Amino acid sequence: MELILSDHPAECLTCAKSGDCELQHMAHRLGIREIHCHGEQSTYKMDNSPSIIRDPNKCIMCRRCEMMCNEVQTVGVLSAVQRGFHSVVAPAFQNNLMHSECTFCGQCLAVCPTGALTEVDETAAVIRALADSEKTVVVQTAPAVRAALGEEFGYAPGSLVTGEMVAALRRLGFNYVFDTDFAADLTIMEEGTELLRRLNAYLKGDTSVKLPILTSCCPAWVKFFEHQFPELIDIPSTARSPQQMFGSIAKSYFAEKLGIDRKNMVVVSIMPCVAKKYERGRDEFFVDGNPDVDIVLTTRELSRLIKLCNIDLQSLPGEEFDAPLGESTGAGVLFGTTGGIIEAAVRTAYEIQTGKTLERIKFSELRGMEGLREAVINFDGVDVRIGIAHGLGNARKLLNEIESGKSHYHAIEIMSCPGGCIGGGGQPYHHGHSEILLQRQQALYREDELKTIRKSHENPYIIQLYNEFLGKPMSEKAHKLLHTVYFDRKNGKK
Amino acid sequence: MATIQLTEPAEVLIKSVCKRFRNDAHELINVLHELQHELGYLPLEVQSAVAKELRIPASKVYGVVTFYSFFSMLPKGKYQISVCLGTACYVRGGELVLEEFKRRLNIKVGETTNDGIFSLSCIRCVGACGLSPVVTIGEKVYGRVTPQQVRRIIDEYMMLEED
Repeated sequence: MELILSDHPAECLTCAKSGDCELQHMAHRLGIREIHCHGEQSTYKMDNSPSIIRDPNKCIMCRRCEMMCNEVQTVGVLSAVQRGFHSVVAPAFQNNLMHSECTFCGQCLAVCPTGALTEVDETAAVIRALADSEKTVVVQTAPAVRAALGEEFGYAPGSLVTGEMVAALRRLGFNYVFDTDFAADLTIMEEGTELLRRLNAYLKGDTSVKLPILTSCCPAWVKFFEHQFPELIDIPSTARSPQQMFGSIAKSYFAEKLGIDRKNMVVVSIMPCVAKKYERGRDEFFVDGNPDVDIVLTTRELSRLIKLCNIDLQSLPGEEFDAPLGESTGAGVLFGTTGGIIEAAVRTAYEIQTGKTLERIKFSELRGMEGLREAVINFDGVDVRIGIAHGLGNARKLLNEIESGKSHYHAIEIMSCPGGCIGGGGQPYHHGHSEILLQRQQALYREDELKTIRKSHENPYIIQLYNEFLGKPMSEKAHKLLHTVYFDRKNGKK
Repeated sequence: MATIQLTEPAEVLIKSVCKRFRNDAHELINVLHELQHELGYLPLEVQSAVAKELRIPASKVYGVVTFYSFFSMLPKGKYQISVCLGTACYVRGGELVLEEFKRRLNIKVGETTNDGIFSLSCIRCVGACGLSPVVTIGEKVYGRVTPQQVRRIIDEYMMLEED
């Protein structure tokens, strides 16, 4: 232990991992008070990317990240290189992450015991925006955040802190506290319509139609198939992720309503995810040089911001999101867990396709924690075959099937992180206690059940948005604002 | 790090070597061994091409190449100087000889002089401990080498070059 510590920067007080560091805990447990070994110090450069910071000087060569990246996610970016004192975990040819096939899923930093892999901290940028009186600062919170944020404030895992979180955001000074769940409902309108269009064309005998349709909400998953399966880039839905749909609508529809220029609006996202930081910076999501989403904070960063401002989450009253972009359905909240997007999609697609009211809202056959699942949902005589994968290694299996023409699914939901967004790379560290993921999942199911409206197409503000602004799902305007394109990134292209 | 554009024969060679090992990822070390023998070294482009052929991440190939000291990512010099640092050579001053080569050639272990004439490496025992400390240059073996002799040995090859 002393030998490891002798080559570890002694900057615990200011380290991003302070308090959550396994090396720190172990040194404490072993009662290390003095380091008797004095040897060479590693002097690696920091590797900065839009999402992840690699500080190899803090690496203790446990190689968990390598295992996660290669065996679980099958991304294959991180590998141990060199030997002896010079060994380090790095991308191929010691390139930066930004110039690798890294998907920014962030699972490496979810398992890193030290501060060698951490998220890019943007809390200071949020404070600057909040202090700027010229700016209208709008915040959106992803579904999985409310099911995990409490863990940072002494709540038991699986506690829902939606109301307290909204109250805290309001006290931090955000002008509007909105919900990504609203945009999740919007995603269902677009993605669900796209699914039905493709499915119906296929059922009518159109052989050129691309099936299965794949969900496209997860930015790490998008980057994964752009690098690894570029020949399949016309298969995923073209619908943007909820984060980006929200940003796009906030800076068009809502900015128009307020009568302000989009440049004077700052959209902040609270996400369980570090890939969302990368996603918001993609060129497609800028209008005249102004991004649809300005700043992305992870759940962990939000907890730091709340603590920094001395807000006691536990003592806050539960408050409601603002209208109109804060209203959401039970379907929207399910987006935070594996199986949730497809369950939300089925609730809406079934009713649109059959014209009948869905008797049973809960689809237990789509729920669970198995890495690969499948179910057949009967749409009034038509069997819709659904596949679900979480973890990119599992996603790869389904993509291999599609590539070899053996896939029998009509629709597939894919989330990059084990458990879905509840297990995202930006969530409070669970230190390998996977039962915490189940508890977070149950919290989201409870939130769904608590909602009076549980189908995306019944969200009154979604209906209003289409009536006032977008027209119909997949209209020209919807296409421009809510859909996107993918790029072939194989062999370093793009 | 040296970079080269892969020539067509090199690409053909990589493909044929990988194919000979059934494009089996488990044969990575054998493939690299063979390619280093043929090409003299394993630049990034070769590693990327091998990764593609064996369908494994480039990071894995790079990890293996940098782990084993046998593999080199830099072109070797015309004359490859190897200084033995096995136990017998080490205790009889092999390291001082190595230091002298480094100083005179102005390169580190694993590097090649700018003119491409010499490269320097260290080896572990050539089985001639009675002659320790031992230096080999190509097929030629020098025994009982002292730091004072290093200059003469280098000059021997420089003269060959001048001729």
